[in-house]
Amino acid sequence: MADESHDITVEVNGASYRATVEARMLLSDFLRHELKLAGTHVGCEHGVCGACTVLLDGAPVRSCLMFAVQANGHELATIEGLASASGDLSPLQAAMHEHHGLQCGYCTPGILMTMTAFLRENNAPSENEVREALSGNLCRCTGYQNIVDAVLDAAGKIRAGAP
Amino acid sequence: MTTRFFGAPIKRIEDKKLLTGRALFIDDVELPGMLHAAFLRSQAAHARIKHIDTSAALKREGVIAVYTANDLGPYWQAGPLLVPPPPIPGIVFNLRSHVPLAKDTIRCAGEPIAIVVAESRYIAEDALDDIAVDLEILPAVVDLEKASKKGSTCVHADLGTNVAAHVHQTKGDYARAAAKAHLTIKRRFRYEHGISSPIETRGVVAQWDARAEQMTVWDTTQAPVFVRSLLAGALGLSEGQVRVIAPFVGGGFGPKIFMLHPEEATLPWIAVRLNRPIKWIEDRFEHFVATTHERGQIHDAEIALTKDGRILGVKDVFLHDNGAYNPYGLTVPINSQCTLLGPYVIPAYDSTFTSVFTNLTIVTPYRGAGRQHGVFVIERLLDLAAHELGIDAAEIRRRNLIPNDAFPFNNEIIYQDFAPLQYDSGNYEPVLDKALAAIGYHHFIREEQPKIRAEGRCVGIGIACYVEGTGIGPYEGAKVQVRSNGKVSVATGVGTQGQGHFTSFAQIVADQLGVDVTDVDIVTGDTDRFYWGAGTFASRGAVVAGNAVNEASLAVRKKALKLASDAFECAEEDLVLADGKVSLVGVPEKFIRLGELAQRANPMRGAVKPGTEPGLESTQYFGPPSGSTANGVHAMIVEVDPETFQLQILKYVVVHDCGTVINPLILEGQIHGGVAQGIGNAFFEKLSFDEQGQLLNASLADYLLPTSLDVPRMTLDHTVTPSPLNPLGIKGAGEAGAIPVGALFAQAIENALQLKDRGVEILEIPLSPSRVFELIAEGNKA
Repeated sequence: MADESHDITVEVNGASYRATVEARMLLSDFLRHELKLAGTHVGCEHGVCGACTVLLDGAPVRSCLMFAVQANGHELATIEGLASASGDLSPLQAAMHEHHGLQCGYCTPGILMTMTAFLRENNAPSENEVREALSGNLCRCTGYQNIVDAVLDAAGKIRAGAP
Repeated sequence: MTTRFFGAPIKRIEDKKLLTGRALFIDDVELPGMLHAAFLRSQAAHARIKHIDTSAALKREGVIAVYTANDLGPYWQAGPLLVPPPPIPGIVFNLRSHVPLAKDTIRCAGEPIAIVVAESRYIAEDALDDIAVDLEILPAVVDLEKASKKGSTCVHADLGTNVAAHVHQTKGDYARAAAKAHLTIKRRFRYEHGISSPIETRGVVAQWDARAEQMTVWDTTQAPVFVRSLLAGALGLSEGQVRVIAPFVGGGFGPKIFMLHPEEATLPWIAVRLNRPIKWIEDRFEHFVATTHERGQIHDAEIALTKDGRILGVKDVFLHDNGAYNPYGLTVPINSQCTLLGPYVIPAYDSTFTSVFTNLTIVTPYRGAGRQHGVFVIERLLDLAAHELGIDAAEIRRRNLIPNDAFPFNNEIIYQDFAPLQYDSGNYEPVLDKALAAIGYHHFIREEQPKIRAEGRCVGIGIACYVEGTGIGPYEGAKVQVRSNGKVSVATGVGTQGQGHFTSFAQIVADQLGVDVTDVDIVTGDTDRFYWGAGTFASRGAVVAGNAVNEASLAVRKKALKLASDAFECAEEDLVLADGKVSLVGVPEKFIRLGELAQRANPMRGAVKPGTEPGLESTQYFGPPSGSTANGVHAMIVEVDPETFQLQILKYVVVHDCGTVINPLILEGQIHGGVAQGIGNAFFEKLSFDEQGQLLNASLADYLLPTSLDVPRMTLDHTVTPSPLNPLGIKGAGEAGAIPVGALFAQAIENALQLKDRGVEILEIPLSPSRVFELIAEGNKA
């Protein structure tokens, strides 16, 4: 039912939000247009491009393939929460800058979220493992090489004890 | 000019906003009371509209308005001719421009029929289903060859033909060249380019301020200045009443320069009528049919050569799929026609094309913009010739390269910028040598390939050359202002879609004005900040806008030195401009800061002398007489699975020459991205239509873009031959990576599978594992 509404509570980047949403409200639309966290981008709305990837309880999900109501009671992390409160970039964000891993920057939030979760699971990946993990995120500008280099570099920094 | 920043791999200034989710993209624009639009698009490719019933949609709760063509009244106009055809003798050009909403006839699937305006996008899309459209379906014109034949259904019935344009250009006398040739080779080539597929689709937000009588439009356009001018004209407003802002744009690659897209034309009109802001964001399914494509050409081409492989001439007759309307003129087929000539001495050239209307989405330039098609034809002809004559593929290319002392080299025919196709400068052989060395060409062929083949593996090598006309006019401009806090503001009219303009332009300014690159704030694509210019296309941003930024910076530099010499009562030659201040040579403690000079340039008392201007600022323009020509060579080693025909790129090399380099980091990124799109074009991306003109693979799950597993690590190198056509010596690089990749794939796959020995030739792009399988099966049958 399109007009059926639900009360939900979600935690996004450590802040708690309560809202009433239509059953059909996409999580991506909820984050962007209701919570005004517009850093999460929408590229295809059919789950292929990965631009809208956010972390749900730490795992990457496509926010265009989920309803907001499905996130009820869960913790979300988005691009807005990656840098520290004082504005320091995460090792991966910093490495993307160092290696020119972004051009138009539209796919970048999804890539940062996907690879942030990946590096938590595997902080010593091979290039092939990075490419495999990245292959669900489409980038039309960079040809991926500089993103791969950025992820490998960030992994090294994380191993060396960067936050 | 000191070179602290220019030429250095400066990391991008714009990155931080993009990395933290703070950059403003079109769908991030939120305005109080904003409405949302959805477009009802035709599912039929060719039809007559008999009746549209919008009454049910209007009754739906939350729907504010529904518009059809008739509701637009006199605002319903066909768009203007955007790019006039070049002045070529005997040219035929039949303009049929697109309209904001289909009124009587639908000429391609995806053409908009009605607009729903509602309180939310969800409701607007719901209401599209409420609209009943009664159509009389007409036969669709889809096949390019059939469309060009007499007796075909006409896309534009009033025209009586599907010929959109006919162009014949010649250089020398091909018939005479062919008569004395040792060998002529003729083949039919098919080349299709796809849809640019930026990860951000298109979008428009329009806001009308009824009190100020001011229109503000946020638009994912590559050409905000032209959109502003066209909208002002259409709406009956002065240009000063319309502000177009291209915010951060998530990739363009060509189609975002088309205008006025129906959504760009109609949303501002609706904003005035409803006196509320309104937003439309294209979804991906719409993007596949509502944003322009590039698509295909069929070439019947012939090459005439001497026994030792020197080209005597080329003759080419080709058909170009123009789609349903042609306001963008002939840029794509003219580029194909001109770029075919490549880096080679081709004494005789006879080229004819017919641009054909079809019931398919409009064709406009997409990264490479027809150049791929031409490069494919000449490179394949050379490969065929090399095989026939028993000459190595690299060697036949070397023998035909334009020699170093032949520049400027006039190819005589007319290019897309209306100027004769004259290569301004170049030094081609070192580029070929570097590419051959980097790929290990001779070693691979003599040593590695035989060994790997002996193991039963199929590995092959390819090498392809190209020349790209870049950086065409007419002009761009820039305004450079030193603020009283010492920071420098720069505004230019081009839009930006990821090319790094915020950094590369800042590098130019920083060196001229002796400031840090982070003290330079660049504004692109806001017509209230800079209101003249053409836009970002044809690999021209760095060349044309970059030089305008340089000219304006130079003028400000002169002003600063003049002001300081007055203040210090010394000669300008005794001053040095560095670290944000002007100081006396040899007396560093005697200085005046740029910010203070800016204040002095705007005095409270006294007089500004006649012939001078207040403010430490300048607006300058730059227009090159013609485009500067970049060149390059790509080389690749591939392994093809002989059973599945899956392909793995083992090594990829790009060596190119785009003149002076502003920022090697940004340049490499442009090349990487271009090659990735070239790989998509060569082996992944094919727009598949059925006989009714339906796009069968209109989703990213079906139209495959290359992923991180498909695009290899690349080895890049470059040579520098500065262009004499602009003070900075720059040539464009935005499209270079994408141009020769199709030709390279065909050659390398043929080589890997030893197809020549099996009587199979690859004469088409795009390929895919299944297409290679089919070609071999067809060859076996024959």
